[in-house]
Parts: sequence; C-alpha cells; structure tokens
Amino acid sequence: MREALRQGPAERDKPVMDSTIASPQVTYLNHEHTLASWLLTKDHKRIGLLYMGVVTFAFFLGGIFATLIRMELATPAGDLVSADTYNKMFTMHGVAMVFFVLIPAVPAILGNFILPLMLGAKDVAFPKLNLLSWYIFVIGFLFTVYAMVTGGVDTGWTFYTPYSSQASNTNVMATGLGVFITGFASILTGLNFMVTIHRMRAPGLTWFRLPLFVWAVYATSLVQILGTPVIAITVLALAIERFLGFPIFDPANGGDPVLFQHMFWFYSHPAVYIMILPPMGAISEVIAAFSRKSIFGYSFVAFSSLAIAVFGFLVWAHHMFISGISVYAALVFSFLTYAVAIPSAVKTFNWAATMYKGAIWLKAPMIWAIAFLGLFLVGGLTGLFTASLGVDVHLHDTYFVVAHFHFIMVGGAIMGYFAGLHYWWPKITGRMYSDIWAKVAAVIVFVGFNLTFGPQFILGYLGMPRRYHVYPEEFQVLNVLSSAGASILALGYILIAIYLVASIIRGEAAGNNPWHATGLEWTTQSPPLPHNFAEQPVVTEEAYAYEKREVTVG
Amino acid sequence: MFSGIPLFPEQGSTIAADVDALYLFIVAVTAFFGILVTVVVLYFGVKYRTNDPMAVGERIHGSIPLELAWSIIPFLITIVIFIWSADIFFHIQRPPDQTLEIYATGKQWMWKFQHLNGQAEINELHVPMGRPVRITFTSEDVLHSLSLPAFRVKADAIPGRYSSLWFEATGVGEYHLFCAEYCGTKHSGMVGRIVVMEPTAYQEWLSGTIEGTMADRGARLFSDLACNTCHLEDGRGRGPSLVDRFGATEMMADGGARVVDEAYLRESILTPQARLVAGYQPLMPTFQGIVSEESVMALIEYVKSLETAAVAAAGETGHEAAEAAGH
Repeated sequence: MREALRQGPAERDKPVMDSTIASPQVTYLNHEHTLASWLLTKDHKRIGLLYMGVVTFAFFLGGIFATLIRMELATPAGDLVSADTYNKMFTMHGVAMVFFVLIPAVPAILGNFILPLMLGAKDVAFPKLNLLSWYIFVIGFLFTVYAMVTGGVDTGWTFYTPYSSQASNTNVMATGLGVFITGFASILTGLNFMVTIHRMRAPGLTWFRLPLFVWAVYATSLVQILGTPVIAITVLALAIERFLGFPIFDPANGGDPVLFQHMFWFYSHPAVYIMILPPMGAISEVIAAFSRKSIFGYSFVAFSSLAIAVFGFLVWAHHMFISGISVYAALVFSFLTYAVAIPSAVKTFNWAATMYKGAIWLKAPMIWAIAFLGLFLVGGLTGLFTASLGVDVHLHDTYFVVAHFHFIMVGGAIMGYFAGLHYWWPKITGRMYSDIWAKVAAVIVFVGFNLTFGPQFILGYLGMPRRYHVYPEEFQVLNVLSSAGASILALGYILIAIYLVASIIRGEAAGNNPWHATGLEWTTQSPPLPHNFAEQPVVTEEAYAYEKREVTVG
Repeated sequence: MFSGIPLFPEQGSTIAADVDALYLFIVAVTAFFGILVTVVVLYFGVKYRTNDPMAVGERIHGSIPLELAWSIIPFLITIVIFIWSADIFFHIQRPPDQTLEIYATGKQWMWKFQHLNGQAEINELHVPMGRPVRITFTSEDVLHSLSLPAFRVKADAIPGRYSSLWFEATGVGEYHLFCAEYCGTKHSGMVGRIVVMEPTAYQEWLSGTIEGTMADRGARLFSDLACNTCHLEDGRGRGPSLVDRFGATEMMADGGARVVDEAYLRESILTPQARLVAGYQPLMPTFQGIVSEESVMALIEYVKSLETAAVAAAGETGHEAAEAAGH
C-alpha cells in the first residue's frame, strides 16, 4: 500500500478497471471451483461467505416467523394460527434471529472477510479452527432447524424455567442443544480473532493505528470468550433438570427458578454487545470513509468499545427488576445500566462530530449509516426508560421492551450490518451494485422499521404485554400500523437481495478502491487475491489519514 | 373505557401520576438528545456534502473538552433520572402500614383471588377506591406476572415464593389485569379485570354469599391437619405457640434471627426443617403436596388472627377508625 502511497493519492485511488478487463484476474473466488474447494476451504474470505449463506437463510427463516406473527396480530382475535402455533412462532423467530443472525452476522461474516485484510494478514491466526467453527455453527443450526421442523419449541427464546424445565412438551432440548453447540463456534471465532489481532498485524500497524472495526471486533471477542461458556452451562443445567430430574430450578425440591434468569442473562445481556459492537465498528469505518476524515476522538471510540464489553457483564439483572430480586440489588443494577449507556452515547456523539467539516460523499453505505444512527439513537435512548426502576415496573414485559430491543438489534445491529455489507460488497464481489436502488432500499427499510416498531412503544406504555396471541380490541389500530410497517420492511429487505444479486450478474467492476477509502483492505484487488496481498503491506500512518491527501475543494 | 384509540394509559392509582411524570421527563430528555443528534447529523450531511470523491475533510482529530462534556453531562442527567426512578421504585415496593390484604394465586391459565372474609373470585378482582390494597401472591406452576397497567404496578408470580404489590385506586371503574410473564398456551387468555368500587359498594359486594372468612377456613384446616396438637396456644406443645407470633422476630436454631412474615410461615408449612425456631426439635412433617397454595394462605391468615385479646381489640378499632376516616 505504501508503495502505492508514494505514487500519490490520485494514482493509488484510480480504479484499476483497465487491467481487470484486459486480463481476467486470479481471485479468491475463481482460483478453485469445486464444491470441496468451498466446503474444505481454510480461506477466511470463503468462510465469511459460507457464514453469509447460513445467516441469510436463518434471516429468511426468522423473517417468515416474524411475518406470521405480524399477520396474526393484525386482528385482536387469535384467528390465523392456534395459540400453540403462535407461541412457537415468536419463540423460533427469536431463536433464529438471536443465535443464528444477530450474533454471527457482523463478526462471522464481515469480521471473517475483512479483519485479516484490515490487518494486512494472509488469513486469521488459526485457519483450520476457523473452518471448524463454521461446521460447529452449521451443526448447531441444523439441530435447531431439526427442532423446528419436528414440532418446534414454545418457551420463548429466553427458555425461562420452570416452564422450559417442567411444563413445555415441545422440543426444548433439541433447540437448547443447537444453542449449546453453536456457542462453541462463537467462542472459537472470538478466540481466533483475538489471537489474530494480537499476532497478525502488518509491520507498522500499531494498536492505535488499527481501524475502529478491529477494536470493536476485539472487544466483541472478549465477550464471546468470557460470556458464551455461561450460556452453555445454563443450557446444560436445564438439560440436567429436564432429563435427569435433578431439581436445580424446581422450587418444590429446593431449586430456584430465578437462578435460571441470572444465569441466562449473565450471557444474554453481554450477548447484546456481541450483536451491537461489531456493527458499531462497521459504522465507524463507513462514517470515516464517507466523511473523508479521521474519526473524531479515535481513542474514545476505541476504548468505549472495551468499556461497553466490560460494563456489559455487570448489568444482567436489569432484566429482572420485578422478578424477585431485592430492591437494593435492583438499585445497583439500575445504576450500572446508566453507566454502560455513557460509552454508547460517547460513540454516537463522536460519529456526529466526525461529520463536522467533513467532505461528505452521500453514497449508499453512508445513507445506511445515517439510517443506523437514527434508529440506534432511538434504541439507545429508550433504554433510559427501561433502566429506570420506577418506569420499568410498568414497562417490563410489555411491547415497549419489544420495540426497544428491536430498535437496538434490528435498527442497530442489522442496519449496521447492511451499512458494512454495502461498504465492503465491492471488495467482496468485485462488483458495484446500483447506488440509487441501495439508497431507495435504505429509505424503505428506515420508514418501514419506524412504522413497525414506533407504535409498539405506545402499545407498551398502554400496558400491552408481549407474547400475546390475543389482545384487547382497543390496541388494534396500533397493531395494524405495526403490521403495515412490517410489510414495508419486508419489501425493503427483498429489494436488497434483488439489487445485490443483480450486481453479481451485471454489476460494473468495482476496482480496488471504489470509495477512495483508507484501510489496507482497499489496497488489494477486488475481489482479493487468494492470499489477500501480493506483497506484505507496511503501515506508516494512523487509520483514516484522509487529510494527507492533496486537498481538493469539494 | 374500552373503546376508541388510546394513546396514553388511564391513571387509575395514586402512583400512576408519579410514574407518568417521570416517564414524561425521560421522554423530554431523550427527545431533546434524539432531535439534537438527528438535526446535527442531517445538517452536517447537507452542509458538508460533496460529489467530488477526491475531496477530503478538515484535519480534526478530536477534542478532550468536548469528550468530557458529552460524557459527564449525559451521566449527570442519567443520575437525576436514576435517583428519581429509585424514589418511585421504593414507593412502589414499600406498601404503607395499613393495607387491605388480598391473596392471589396464579396458575395456568387463571388468577384466583381470595379476600380475607372468605370471598373468592377468578380473573376478576374487586377492590375499594381510596384505600391501599396489598396483594400477596404466588404461582402454583410456572412463572406468571400480575400486571395492572392502569395502576402502573406489576410483579412476577414465582412458584415457591411470595411476591406482593400494592396500589391505591383513585377512580371507580374497570381496568385491565394481565399476565405479563409468558406462561404457555393460553398466556394471552390469563387476563381479567380489576373492578374498583366505592367503599360502601365494596362492603356490600364483600358481604355476598360466603362460607366463613379466610381465617375461619384456616382454623378448620389447622385442626383438620392436626396442627393444633403440637402448636398449643399456651406454648407447652411440641411446637411453638403461634399466638402473637406474626410480625415478631424469632431466634432460629442455627443462631440467626428471622421476622415471622408470610414467606416464613409458608416455608415453615411446606419445608419445616429449613429454618427451625430455636429450642424446638425437628419433628414437624412437611405439608408439601398436602395443602394447596390457597390453603397455605388460609393457614397464614389464621396464624395472623391469633392475637391476644387486648391486641385484637386495638386492631379492630384501628381498622374501623381507618374506615371511618375514609368515608
């Protein structure tokens, strides 16, 4: 890259279309063609695409369940599906989306593809382990799909005891086993990335020259390694009670059903940060690239990721304010929850400040990033309501909570994923998609999303409990709005699939660096070589050194 | 009441206005910051936009004062919210001294309520207006959650434990009663209504067909289960006397002290060996699986009614005085 830099920025950023047309380049996509070359690949880029395949399928599956839920809720009566079916729908929607979309989406797809490129590395530290992780992930997913097609599961994705341990007669354990297995993929990926970041950085790529996406992935890896074993233990404890009758959670024999909630949330709250930190990292990349500026307060953004990862382990019982914990415990957890809100706020302010006096190029990824900012803002700020002890008593287990976490997980994590996907798509495929359609899709998703989940805040404050198959008639209008929004949202997602597929078939060649962005991933060809770089890149400057280019007046 | 398109819930209890005030304060704070950031982002997005892919932004790397400002100011604001929230939370969690006691049991998929005078109802709860009501409840099977949105209160019903919530209804009417914790097939059918009545109408309703008070029922159980053969009133039985014990602090065999409350009485009936009163042998059998949750509640009410004559008389007048003041 620095070879290129010496030639001057203009040369470096010039698309290399001429050479692509003249001689077909060797890329990680075309150097081998057999099925085995994909299924036995140790190439992080191909593994990233393998994850993309499974995650996209899981997203589609979860989307179908969501569609059925919103169709059912268009009328107050339970007239589309039976109560049992409805309960399975929202459970399987949650399981598919949380464990097989949100947790792997950005780290396992974009992280796998981009992280080694960003570091100037040939691959991750343990390429075979990386492939093994994907197989573990797939086996976990297949168990879960098996559980779904052979009757489904109805405990809610939270698997609360004693319902899950004693009452439910659905496929609790097959689903639990799926979650248990897939957890190991998450642990191993976290481990792999952490070692990769420590050991595989290009010469000159010091910690404070790392792109912020790398910091975010590092913080995420920490959570994956430390948190995921706890969900494994929790599921195991549930299995011991369900199969062997050992009363860990059964109060009639000295167990404690609330213990399950402590254990479950000790993982599942930090898991929220597994979902949101990497998209935050992707957003930092996109905002810097399209503002043509260094990220405002680089070290604050970097350390806020670590602060979130650490504080994230100390707030789990804010899911349990009215679940039988003492008022003093509730006090502590409420306070810590406000504390963890601050690093997220810091990130948001820094993103906004990055745009100040930037040269803002409003291409599709930036539009997605701005849409992310809008939705994440609402998601984060509504967390102040649920963290508030006095208000949460009323909001707990209502649609307010449903709306809040969808704003974080879909408005935040999924929008961030799409921002990152649009940003790196030319690198991944070597093709440009339609910028205008991508912008249209972002607007459709933004509008559809707000219409889907906005009314749910009002429903929640009115007191409508979540997981209700049948609801009082006065809530119908708001529910119909929500369902209408969901159909707009679905259209937006379908549109993305259409223009992205179209880009592969007849998209323009992207060239090395279509966004004229900094970062090692843009110095190699698109799609990259099988081993990423023709020669070992050397880094001599901090990330986002846009101002070192010749300044042209915009 | 059940028509139109509501956008804000009714305020049915004394606490509702307090919760709403805090809620609206947080709405104002979050709307301010939400709009601020949105406007700033959109303004920058328009003002600094360019179509020249080679243009670069100004060399700005950050500002420590700004970082500190937007860390500390939001933190201070959240502290205000935190303290205000905690104050209301304590108010919600701590019932006043004189409350009307009602017992409830959640089970798949209904709520069963018992009034002290013996009146029982399912998925419907009659309460008087203008008087603090405390509901003590548990679950017979899985988790449930008693949610009264118009009163802004809610608490999980947990098998093996007593939960409680209290409210003072401010207006006559009917309000929703939901189960808010997912509990299986008919979770959304585990709903009912709270009927708030004028105190006189409530008294009238209460004196409908009944077969003795909860304490009476407890007394019958107390002899049917042969509790009375050990727990003699004069204290000379194999078990401690239960007269005047409710609310007292007992020394435990393991050296600790324990206030005799509903939870302790329930535990002592179902798992007597868990915490023994000092000076007594672990002779009592367990009544787990023998008495239902509702019978346990009746037994507790009976134990509460075991007061020496003087205390009992004072309690009666106290109640009457409170009622007279309410009229």
